[in-house]
Amino acid sequence: MLTYALRRILFAIPLLLGITFLSFAIIHLAPGEPTDLMAGDPRLEASAQARQLLREMYGLDKPIHVQYWSWLTRLVRLDFGRSFSPDGRPVLVKIAERLPVTLLLNIVELLIIIALAVPIGVLSATRQYSLFDKVTTVFVFIGFATPDFWLALLLMILFGVQLGWLPISGLRSMNWEYLSFWHQQSDFVAHLVLPIVVATFGGLAGFSRYMRQSMLEVVRQEYIQSARAKGLAERVVIGKHALRNAMLPIVTILGLSLPGLIGGSVIVESIFAIPGMGQLMVQAVFERDYPVIMGNLVIVAVLTLVANLIADLAYGLVDPRIRVGRRR
Amino acid sequence: MERGPLLGGLALASALALAGCGVDRGGADEPVAVKDNTPAKGDTFIEASIGNVSALIPNIANDSASHDVGGQIYSGLVTYDKDLKVIPELAESWTFSPDCRHLTFRLRKNVRWHDGKPFTADDVVFTHATMVNPKTPTAYREDFAAVETIEAVDPHTLQITYKTPYAKALQSWSMYMLPRHLLESYMKDGKLREAPQNRTSPVGTGPYRFKEWKSGEKVVLVANPDYYEPDRPYISRIVYRIIPSQATIFLELKAKGVDGASLTALQYKRQTEYPAFRKAYQRFRYASNSVTYFAFNMKDPRFADKRVRHAIAHAINKQELIDHVILGLGRNATGPYLPGAWAHNGEVKSLPYDLARARRLLAEAGWRDRDADGFLLKDGKPFAFEILTNQGNDERKKIAEIIQAALRELGLKVDLRTVEWATLLKEHVRKRNFDAFVLGWGLGRDPDMTALFHSSKTRPEDFNVASYANAEVDGLLERGRATCFQDERAKYYHRVHEILADDIPVIFLYHRDALPAITARVRGVKPSPGGIMYNFHEWFVPRELQRYTAG
Amino acid sequence: MKDFWRAFRRNRLAVVGGVVVIVLVVLAAFAPLFSPWDPNRPDVKKILADPTRSHPLGTDQLGRDVLSRMLFGARVSLAVGFVSVGIATAIGIVLGALAGYNGGSFDAFIMRLVDLMLVFPRFFLLLAVLAFLRPSIWTIMAVIGLTGWMGVTRLVRAEFLALKEREFVVWSQAIGASGYRVVWRHILPNAMAPVLVAMTLGIPAAILTESGLSFLGLGVQPPYATWGNILNEGKDTIEIGWWLSFYPGVAILVTVLSYNLLGEGIRDALDPRLRQAAGRVATRKG
Repeated sequence: MLTYALRRILFAIPLLLGITFLSFAIIHLAPGEPTDLMAGDPRLEASAQARQLLREMYGLDKPIHVQYWSWLTRLVRLDFGRSFSPDGRPVLVKIAERLPVTLLLNIVELLIIIALAVPIGVLSATRQYSLFDKVTTVFVFIGFATPDFWLALLLMILFGVQLGWLPISGLRSMNWEYLSFWHQQSDFVAHLVLPIVVATFGGLAGFSRYMRQSMLEVVRQEYIQSARAKGLAERVVIGKHALRNAMLPIVTILGLSLPGLIGGSVIVESIFAIPGMGQLMVQAVFERDYPVIMGNLVIVAVLTLVANLIADLAYGLVDPRIRVGRRR
Repeated sequence: MERGPLLGGLALASALALAGCGVDRGGADEPVAVKDNTPAKGDTFIEASIGNVSALIPNIANDSASHDVGGQIYSGLVTYDKDLKVIPELAESWTFSPDCRHLTFRLRKNVRWHDGKPFTADDVVFTHATMVNPKTPTAYREDFAAVETIEAVDPHTLQITYKTPYAKALQSWSMYMLPRHLLESYMKDGKLREAPQNRTSPVGTGPYRFKEWKSGEKVVLVANPDYYEPDRPYISRIVYRIIPSQATIFLELKAKGVDGASLTALQYKRQTEYPAFRKAYQRFRYASNSVTYFAFNMKDPRFADKRVRHAIAHAINKQELIDHVILGLGRNATGPYLPGAWAHNGEVKSLPYDLARARRLLAEAGWRDRDADGFLLKDGKPFAFEILTNQGNDERKKIAEIIQAALRELGLKVDLRTVEWATLLKEHVRKRNFDAFVLGWGLGRDPDMTALFHSSKTRPEDFNVASYANAEVDGLLERGRATCFQDERAKYYHRVHEILADDIPVIFLYHRDALPAITARVRGVKPSPGGIMYNFHEWFVPRELQRYTAG
Repeated sequence: MKDFWRAFRRNRLAVVGGVVVIVLVVLAAFAPLFSPWDPNRPDVKKILADPTRSHPLGTDQLGRDVLSRMLFGARVSLAVGFVSVGIATAIGIVLGALAGYNGGSFDAFIMRLVDLMLVFPRFFLLLAVLAFLRPSIWTIMAVIGLTGWMGVTRLVRAEFLALKEREFVVWSQAIGASGYRVVWRHILPNAMAPVLVAMTLGIPAAILTESGLSFLGLGVQPPYATWGNILNEGKDTIEIGWWLSFYPGVAILVTVLSYNLLGEGIRDALDPRLRQAAGRVATRKG
C-alpha cells in the first residue's frame, strides 16, 4: 500500500508536467490572443505596432515551448505570473480574492446536500416503491432537471421583487460597512440564501440516488440477513450495520468532489452577481488571460491528483474485493 | 407572474433600516412633486454595470465599464456638451492657428489633484509622453503620435504643434490627464499597470474621488470637495454595482437595488409601462452614438458586383427590422453618421425595400432560378453564403435571422454562425475570412471614417473590413482629416456620405436608441444628442427625497 | 427475459418513464408532421404572442411558433443526449474494461488519462474546437461525448476489478477461456447495471449541458431551435413571455425525469439481486 502511494506520488510529477504542457498548448491553440481584444473598437486605430509591443511584453511572440518553459520555471518558484488584463495583478492575488466565496458556497452546499441526501436515500431504500420513495424520486429529479438560471430568476422575482424578503443579487448590501457586526453577518447570509438554494436543489439528485442505490445493495447482503436473523431490531440493523457500509461509496465520491470545490458555477455566479471563481475563469477564457487560466488549472490539477489518490487508497482499504497495487 | 407592487423594495429597505449612517429612508415612492426643489448635496447614486471594471487608469483599459468609472475620476483638457460641441474642461480656452497645426491651451489655475498637488501643464506633457511611449499598453496612441512638439510655456500654458494639419487635434485632448508626480517612474519603466494608482488609489482631477474597488463586485466613488467647479458635484457618492446579467439588472431596478440602468427595447416597451414603475423611474430615449450594420466582403467576386450589393439591400426591409428587433426604438441609418450630427448629409436616402427590383438586379448579374426550386443559380452554383455575428448579442442574432429569412425569399441560401468575440475578431474579421457579418460600431466623437473606409486600411490590423476602395472617398477622407474647420470638413463628409450610400460596402441598418431608466428622485437629467451622462455633476436629489445618507 | 419484464412492469414509475420516452421519440422523429408552422420563419407581426388556438404555445421574440420550435428542438435535444452519451459510454466501457481487467500499467496509464481529462478545462476545448470546426450539432455532440467518458470508465473499471475475483471468472479462466471471451460473456453483462444507470443519468445531463452551452452562447447555432436555447432566449422576458420559459422547462423536466425513471427501472429489473429482493420487499411492510 505504501509503495503504491509513493509510486503514485512520484508519477504525479511527470503527469502534472504532461497535463500542464498539453493544456498550455491547447489554450494557445484556441484562436485569438489577449492583444487581439485591444482594438475591438474601430474608432481606436490601435496600430499594429502597439499590439506587437504588447505581445512582446507578454512573451507571446516566442514559440510555444519557450513560453511554456518560462512559465514553468517561474511556477516552480511559486510565481504564478501576472494577469494579462489591464489591472496586471498577480494571478495568485486574483484567485485568492475570489476563492473564499466560492469555497464557502460550495462547502455549505455540499454539507446541506449530504445532510439531506443521506436520510432521503436511506428512507427511500428501506421503503422502496412506497409513496415516500416515489415522491422524493420525482422531487430530486425535478431539481436535477431544472436549469439553474431559470430557477434562480423565478426565486429572485418571487422573493426579491414581489415579497422583498431576500436581496436579489450580490454579496452585501450597499450600506454594509455601516451595519453592526451581527447585522453584517445576517446580511451576508441573506444574500447567500438564494444561490445556495438554487445550487443545492440541483445537486441533491446525484447524491441521494447514489445513497439510495448503495443502501439498496447493502441491504441485500447476507450479513444484513444474518443480523436480522439474529433478532436485532430493524433500526439497529439499518442504522448501525447497513448505513455504515452504504456510506463508503459516498465517502469516495466526497473525496472526488474535492477538486470541484474550487470551481464555481458560471451560471449561478453571473445571475446572482457573485464574484467567484466561475466568473473569473470564464472571463479569463474569453479574454485569453493565459496566466490566470494556467494558474487555476495547476491548482485544480494538483487537487485532483491528490483527491484521486486518496480516494483510490481509501476505496482499496475499505473494499476488500479490490486490491490496489500489485497482486500476489 | 405580474408586476407586484414596489412595496417589496420598501419592505426590504425597512428590514435593513438601522440607526446611524447608511440609512435607507425609503422615500422614493412619494409622488415626484416636492416642496423644496433646490439643488442639495447628498445621497448616493447606484449604477448597474454589466461589465467588470478592469483598471482604474482608463487610458490603458479598453472596456466601457473602466471608462465610465474613469470618466468621473479623471478629466481631459476639453469635454463635450449636450450638443456634442467641444467645451473647456481643464483648459480654460484655446486657440488653433489657421493652418491647423498649432494649438495653444490656457489651463485653469485652481485645479488640484485628488491628493492636493496642483495640476499644471507639466502633467499634460507627461500625459502626452505616456500615450506615445511604446511601453504603455494603450489603444489610443494614434492621436498623440500625430503631435510633433508639445511644450509647457508656463505652468498654465501649453503649445502644441502637429506634424501635419490634424482635424482631430482638439477633440483628442479630451483624453484623461494623468498625474506626473505619481506615475512618472512607472511610465518610464512601462509598468503603468502595476502602479497602485491603477488598482487601489487612482488620483485624478475629476468630480469624484476613488473610495473603494472590490473586483467583480463594486466600485465606490465619493464627491471631490475640491473640484474646480464650486459646489459641484451634488450627489455625494456613486456606487457601480457589477451585475453581469441583464435579467438580474432589471430585477434589481424594479426592487430599487439600483438607481440607474439601461433597458432593452422589450423592457422599455412592454415591461415598464405600469404606473408604479412610471412613478418611480424616469425613462429616457435618445439616439445612441452607434450604428448597426451588415458588411460585405468585397474581396468576394459576388459581392464586388455593385448590383448584387444593391439587390441584397433592396431585399432587406429596414423598417421591419427596426420595428421588430428593437420595437421601433431606433432610426434608419443611411450612413456612418448620426442624423443631426454636422457631418450627416440629410439628403441621402437608403435604398428602398423592393423585392422585384432586387430580383431584376440579380438576374442582370447572372443569377437566375433555373431549376425553379426557389434558389438562384449562376454557372450551376447556388448563391450560398454565411453571415457571421458575435455570440452573446441577442439583438444581432435576431437581425441576422431576419435577414436570413428575407434573403431566402430572394432565393439566396444563407447560413448563420455566431462566433465567440475574440475568435471572431482574430480569425474572421482581421483575416478577412468571412462572407458577410452583422456587427455594430460605436461612432465616436469625430466623424473621421478613415480607419473604416480608406483603401489603405486593408491590412490585417486595420478596420476597412469590407476591403472597400474608392479613390474619390480616399481623397475626401484625407482632406477632411487635414483641416480643422468644421464647415469645410462637413462638405467633404457630406459627399462621402452620398458615395457610401450608393456604393454600400456595408449596409447601414439602424441607429438604436439608448434607453436608460433613472430613479425619479434624481433631478437635472437632460437627454440630448450627447446622451445623459454629460452633466452628471449637475444631478441632485432634493433633500426630502434623499435615500442613502453617506456616513 | 420474461423475468426482466415482470420485474420491470411492477415498477410503475419506470413504466410511465418508458412510455413518455417513446412518445417523445415519436414526436421528435415525426416533428415535421406534427408542426403547424415553419419553426425557423420569423413573422414580425406576431412577436411574443400569447398562446392561442393557432399558436398553442405562443410565439417567440421573432414571432416564430413555439410549438413547432419545441418539436424540432426535441430532435436536437434527444439526439444530443443519445449520441453524446453513446460516444462517452462506448469509450468508457472500452477504457474501463481494459483498465480493470488487465490492471498493471494499462490501468495506471488509463487512470492517469482520466485524471488528465478531469483536470482539463472542457470550456477551452469547446472554444478551440468550435472555433476550428463549424459549430454544428455534430461537433457539440462529439465534444460533449469526448469529454464525458471519465465517469463511466471509473465505474466499469471498479466493476471489473470486483468481478474479476469472482468465482465464475476464475473458473472460466481455469478451463482456458480466452480473455476476450471472459470479458464479453461473463464480466461485461454483470458490469452493465451501473453503466446503464450512468447512461440514463448521462442523457439528461447532456441535454442540460447543451442548455448551459446555449446560455454561454456556445450552443447550437441560430436559427435552429433546441429546448436549451429557447429557454435561454426566454429568460429576459419571463414576465411578458412566460410561455418561452415555461414550456421548454417543463419539457426538459419531463424528459429528464422519464429517462431517469426508465433507467433506474431497467437497472432494478436487470439486477438479479434486486429482483429477488424486490419481491421480498414488496410483501414486507415498508
